[in-house]
Amino acid sequence: MSTLNYADIGDVVPRVTGERAALDETVDLRIGKLDRRQFLKLTGLVGGGLMLSFSTPRALANAAALQPNGYIKIDATGIVLYAKNPEIGQGVKTSLPMIVAEELDAAWEDVEVVQSAIDQGLYGAQFAGGSMSIPMNWDALRRSGAAARAMLVEAAAKHWGVEADSLSTKDSHVVHAASGRKLKYTELATQAAAMPVPDPRSLTLKKRDQFRLLGKRITGVDNRALVRGEPLFGIDQTLPGMKYAVYQKCPAIGGKVRSANLEEIKGMPGVNDAFILDGNGNAMELLPGVAIIADNTFAAIKAKRALKVEWDESDASKDSWSHAKAEAERLTNESGPAVVDTGDVDAAFASSGKRTSGFYTYHFVSHATLEPQNCTAWFKDGALDLWAPTQTPGQGIGSAAKVVGISPSKVTLHQLRCGGGFGRRLYNDFTTEAAAIAKRAGVPIKLQWTREDDMAYDLYRAGGFHQMDGSVDDDGKITGWRDRFITFTNDGRRPVSGGGLGAGVFPAGLVDNVRVEQTALPWKNRCAAWRAPGSNVFGFVVQGFLDELAHLAGRDPLEVLLEVLGEPRQMGRRGMHTGRAAGVVRLAAKQAGWGRELPHGHGLGVAFYYSHAGHIAEVAEVSVDDDKRVKVHKVTVAADVGPIVNLSGAENQMQGSVVDGLSTMMGLSVTFENGRVEQSNFDQYPMLRMPSTPDVAVHFVDSDYPPTGLGEPALPPLAPAVCNAIFAACGHRIRTLPISEEGFSLA
Amino acid sequence: MFPPAIKGGELTPRANKVSKLLDLGYNGHLESSGEGVTTVNLKVNGETRNLGEIDPQTPLLWALRDELKLVGAKFGCGISQCGACTVLVDGQAVKSCSYPVSAVGDGQVTTIEGLAGNDGELNAVQSAWVDLDVAQCGYCQAGQIMAAEALLRANSSPGDDDIDQAMASNLCRCGTYIRIREAVKMAAAMRQSAEAADAAE
Repeated sequence: MSTLNYADIGDVVPRVTGERAALDETVDLRIGKLDRRQFLKLTGLVGGGLMLSFSTPRALANAAALQPNGYIKIDATGIVLYAKNPEIGQGVKTSLPMIVAEELDAAWEDVEVVQSAIDQGLYGAQFAGGSMSIPMNWDALRRSGAAARAMLVEAAAKHWGVEADSLSTKDSHVVHAASGRKLKYTELATQAAAMPVPDPRSLTLKKRDQFRLLGKRITGVDNRALVRGEPLFGIDQTLPGMKYAVYQKCPAIGGKVRSANLEEIKGMPGVNDAFILDGNGNAMELLPGVAIIADNTFAAIKAKRALKVEWDESDASKDSWSHAKAEAERLTNESGPAVVDTGDVDAAFASSGKRTSGFYTYHFVSHATLEPQNCTAWFKDGALDLWAPTQTPGQGIGSAAKVVGISPSKVTLHQLRCGGGFGRRLYNDFTTEAAAIAKRAGVPIKLQWTREDDMAYDLYRAGGFHQMDGSVDDDGKITGWRDRFITFTNDGRRPVSGGGLGAGVFPAGLVDNVRVEQTALPWKNRCAAWRAPGSNVFGFVVQGFLDELAHLAGRDPLEVLLEVLGEPRQMGRRGMHTGRAAGVVRLAAKQAGWGRELPHGHGLGVAFYYSHAGHIAEVAEVSVDDDKRVKVHKVTVAADVGPIVNLSGAENQMQGSVVDGLSTMMGLSVTFENGRVEQSNFDQYPMLRMPSTPDVAVHFVDSDYPPTGLGEPALPPLAPAVCNAIFAACGHRIRTLPISEEGFSLA
Repeated sequence: MFPPAIKGGELTPRANKVSKLLDLGYNGHLESSGEGVTTVNLKVNGETRNLGEIDPQTPLLWALRDELKLVGAKFGCGISQCGACTVLVDGQAVKSCSYPVSAVGDGQVTTIEGLAGNDGELNAVQSAWVDLDVAQCGYCQAGQIMAAEALLRANSSPGDDDIDQAMASNLCRCGTYIRIREAVKMAAAMRQSAEAADAAE
């Protein structure tokens, strides 16, 4: 079981096997700006993981049920499809089984969807991250459905004594058209279970025009239970005899417990126990702190408020945003190590007609999943059970086993619906804490983080600084581009996850002379993946500065964007396709009415960004009044992500990405002084509310490329589209996120 | 302007009273059976439930979730900011995270578990939420649905501004506001056509 800590992240490069290569041919494993090695390590894919996820799992032994793989169980009572990956709001508990049902030819209303167990031997990697669920599972799920369908057809052929190729399937039935006979899958299940499981590679899959289910609007499989308030989420779990736990860590991360008023706390009403945990030296797993166990959540929270801890802060964080900003401003006067250096930027700057520069800044932000971190744990007879809302259950098992001191085979993790993920629950510090507390408690416990805990101990989206310089020639063509980037490092060796620029960053390969430099400042507070890691801020910088250069040249930003994208071509193996990029840019511009006459004070802005294998362009229409109040009237989104699995879910992700992007760019920031986070709850972290929600129009390009995920890629273009529109409306160039820092607010 | 932070408490008279009680460190003038402990009966979804001995300051949210195992109402912030904990007391939407259980008194509490009919049939708001596939993660939606229910009980045909205003105290981290707005309208239409059908009988 892999684990993650500062020292080893990214060190292991997976061996490429024949199976891996085969998968890579089917699926373009681009993971945005999250480093590929980090990602594989994080999700436990190192080693055999990818092979397993591709191979159709072994048939399960069950004579009465057709169970040719881990995704399907058909018996006389019905059709069950298993959803393998965590549901965090991205819709995979519905969309993954839809893919199986399509090839199985099961009527959707006949299907019951059940969240699968964590069994990476059976399912391959099980995680929610990188918008990878659809691209990584598309082929295996189709073949799983097709395999069961073939077995049902074989069983019916044998039953009727006819040739298999004289049969067809539709709506959970095998049909013999010649004789007008048909049988339900549920009636054929026992006989089908006796048929050999076909080689998945031998199966013929449907053509797109044969799809009956994919591309339709399907309501989420949990929706009926959700609207009845049923206990679906991690936080909803209750066990007999369960106690309620809270855990207080040092306000400055890295601090250790010197002493605490444990006896006083233990004497409080409803409190059962209070004790110190030392931590295990891995900041991603178990930080030092004080655990309190009580009869109910309120007693636990009250006791936590009364807790007095003397902290040893000698090794604790001294992080300071104001110091970091001053240091970044100083550093941008010097050249830094280059991650991209093509052509000769200095020569381009020297010989070009016009030059401009700008200092871009963005703050740290929090994930702020609406369900605060929590985990229910029970350590009994040398085995541990966890009920956890996690995006990486496999890694959660590994960390818990380590901290409790048992084999991972003795840990069972029950995956539960997550009240938001956004990358926060890729990291299992909260499940590891619960495991350590449960071991000591001896009874089932539910560890509950308060909102204040959640904001103080997040793994933040790192802030950053970019000194941008660019030039255009007399024809208005971009000739030079330099990005002097100051980022952060937790381990002193490489940028934090989501805080590193790579060789493929826009506009490398698109503009002749490009230099991108990267320098990292040390930082103790943990930073990690946040929805569309890296892209969510780099999109703002590069698409904003591109707009600056277009205006410098006195040209239409749309025209310049299309010119930079150039001829249709594939940019490297995992990069964008410039033809698909230009396609969505044109579609968004056309649908938004680019070039039309606008009312006074209105402006249109366009931005494109490629991340998570998704090509997405957005056009925002805004108006700005004299008091810098911004109204976002409409956002037009155009996306090319291949065929759409669930149209309702896909559109929901696009709408949500726009709202999330707007919320974050308008007013959200987390600041640090003296090592501590300065914001503690939503009154200081004002997320967008309904009255500020713009209209969102979503357009999908109908393309035949392999389908890719939609949880993330629609977020990065939003901030630059809105900022470019604000410039068009009022002439103010925004270079700081959130834009409230520049005096703007929502109308 | 940027949506203002909602500072403490509620807009309703009842909730203002509650907020004051919390500020004063309210510990109950109710009959106390011990230090900081009282016996509370709670009327929830049409039933009277005995909570036994409970700290009277316990927020209604935790009484519902921990004691009665009614976990539909969710914990989000604990300070009346997000609305995930919204339930109805006497038909009014309140933030149960900041509402002491002892302040409910004879009030009728309705949680999301109490919305569907006895036969399990979803009500108009619930049905609209399913039909329009509103939820993403779904964590806020119980609170959203209860806020919408309170709105429609008070205003049978709300306009966009009415909806925005009524729903502004409920956060959705996934950004499903567009669908929530549509679902409220759909639920209003369903309720109106049901009323018209009843009137015609």
